[in-house]
Amino acid sequence: MNTPANLKYTKSDEWFDPASGKTGITDYAQNQLSDIVFIEIFVEAGETIEAGKAIASVESVKASAEIYSPASGKVAAVNKELPNKPESLNTDPFGEAWMIQIEGGSAGEVMDAAAYEKYCEERAH
Amino acid sequence: MTYIPISPKERDAMLETVGVKSLDDLFDAIPVKHRFPKLNLPPALTEMEAMDELSGLAQTNENVRNDLVSFLGAGMYNHYIPSVVDHMLRRGEFYTAYTPYQPEISQGTLQAIFEYQSLMSALTGMDVSNASHYDGATATAEAVNLAYAQFRGKRKKVVMSPGLHPQYREVVRTYTQGMGVDTAGDDEAGIGLSPEAFADQVDDNTCLVIVQYPDFFGRVYDYTKFIDAVHAKGSLVCVVANPTALAMFKTPGSMGADIVVGDGQPLGIPMWYGGPSVGFFTTRKNMVHKMAGRLVGETVDNRGQRAYVLTLTAREQHIKRERATSNICTNQGLIALGTAVYLSVLGKKGFRQVAELCYQKAHYTATQLSKVKGYKLSHNEPFFHEFTLQCPEPVTEINAHLLEHGIIGGYDLGQDYPSLANHMLIAVTEMNSKEEIDAFVEVMSEVSHD
Repeated sequence: MNTPANLKYTKSDEWFDPASGKTGITDYAQNQLSDIVFIEIFVEAGETIEAGKAIASVESVKASAEIYSPASGKVAAVNKELPNKPESLNTDPFGEAWMIQIEGGSAGEVMDAAAYEKYCEERAH
Repeated sequence: MTYIPISPKERDAMLETVGVKSLDDLFDAIPVKHRFPKLNLPPALTEMEAMDELSGLAQTNENVRNDLVSFLGAGMYNHYIPSVVDHMLRRGEFYTAYTPYQPEISQGTLQAIFEYQSLMSALTGMDVSNASHYDGATATAEAVNLAYAQFRGKRKKVVMSPGLHPQYREVVRTYTQGMGVDTAGDDEAGIGLSPEAFADQVDDNTCLVIVQYPDFFGRVYDYTKFIDAVHAKGSLVCVVANPTALAMFKTPGSMGADIVVGDGQPLGIPMWYGGPSVGFFTTRKNMVHKMAGRLVGETVDNRGQRAYVLTLTAREQHIKRERATSNICTNQGLIALGTAVYLSVLGKKGFRQVAELCYQKAHYTATQLSKVKGYKLSHNEPFFHEFTLQCPEPVTEINAHLLEHGIIGGYDLGQDYPSLANHMLIAVTEMNSKEEIDAFVEVMSEVSHD
């Protein structure tokens, strides 16, 4: 499992990059969902959002999940390419498959990489 | 496949867990004297006697196959049904069909649904079709669900044409109760408006506009410009179409419709007692994740052979739960199969011939009736196989007179549109011979002389 140390993580398996403001789903999440075939992002650039708000919906071949914002702030950008390449959520969840970028964002309830790894391990048992 | 819900051992374990000795103990709460009350029933009949009684009852029915000539449509149409349709439907493999969750044992059912979907997409000119809904009215209501979800509830108004079937409009209102959806547009005053003028009702709170093709009064419009005008305001457009008309008129898909639905009954399904029927639902590929219902796709199995499976199930309610856009996954598998058999037996040419016969016979009927004193065609627009006729007497009285001559008259529009009292909606299909049409016109003229 890949858990970059520079990112923050939520209990609902989103990541947040405090440096860039970008957010997406974790390697653990994509692995649990298996092959992702559809992503719809609900929010648009310019919107102000609260941490915990549903920002996207992801469908895999066998499950569907809502994605929640890990931070509050203004949506600076939305990854418009992502809906055309839902499979990149499986192959590059921390890079190409970022979902939205939050400007001046303050993270909600998040943990660091070590705590998130432990949290994932606990759920595996 | 055997289905044994419980073994004696399992039953004993369950009884022990709940703390009773036998199954009968579970019924202790019901006093003995109330368990088997004496029912006031006549003595049992033998099969022979029961058959005699039931056929006696059945003989009191009159039907359009043997007893009556019909000019009634308004949503259900009397078409010829090739005998092969029924032969296919009565095959045990199809007749007892259940949701084909297990593709390894359901290839026949899945392929039948796939063929149905392909035919509906071709007929409407749309990208995708689901495996069907209960009927045209419920399919129309599902179009509202899709549009509402497409704008994530931000647009709350649905504009319905007064030329949309009155019962469909009722079903849409029933479905949208409690959703906070505002339904508008179907005032009687709008009956005479052109589609372009009707587009003025659309605002930036509108998620869907629903029109019918041909409309309830039989009129055929090219909705291309109308759809452009509605799209310019950001709303989606649903066209409720008569499938037989699509054999000879432009497809709603080619006019730019976002959703095309309708009732499949004209495609080889009897009118029965008003149902069961089948509702077709087609849309654009980009909205498939919001579409209700089952969807069958074609793929290859692990040996590279063509295979069919239920697909895109992640959008369905058992996975999406409260976030699903509809709680309907039921489809009319058997009846949908009937429509697919009907279309494949007729073929492209045969189906078009049916439509042309309907068109020509309806136009002959309209011409003949318009020559009778007291009657007048209500509209100048092109029509398909149904038209509105202004009558000199109340429609109920005319219909009573027609029935004495073994003819079911048209639909009394006054019951839904008070301004159209004494207006009859007349449907003519390939089933009506010239002799029958002439007899119909003759009886109609007797009424006007009264």
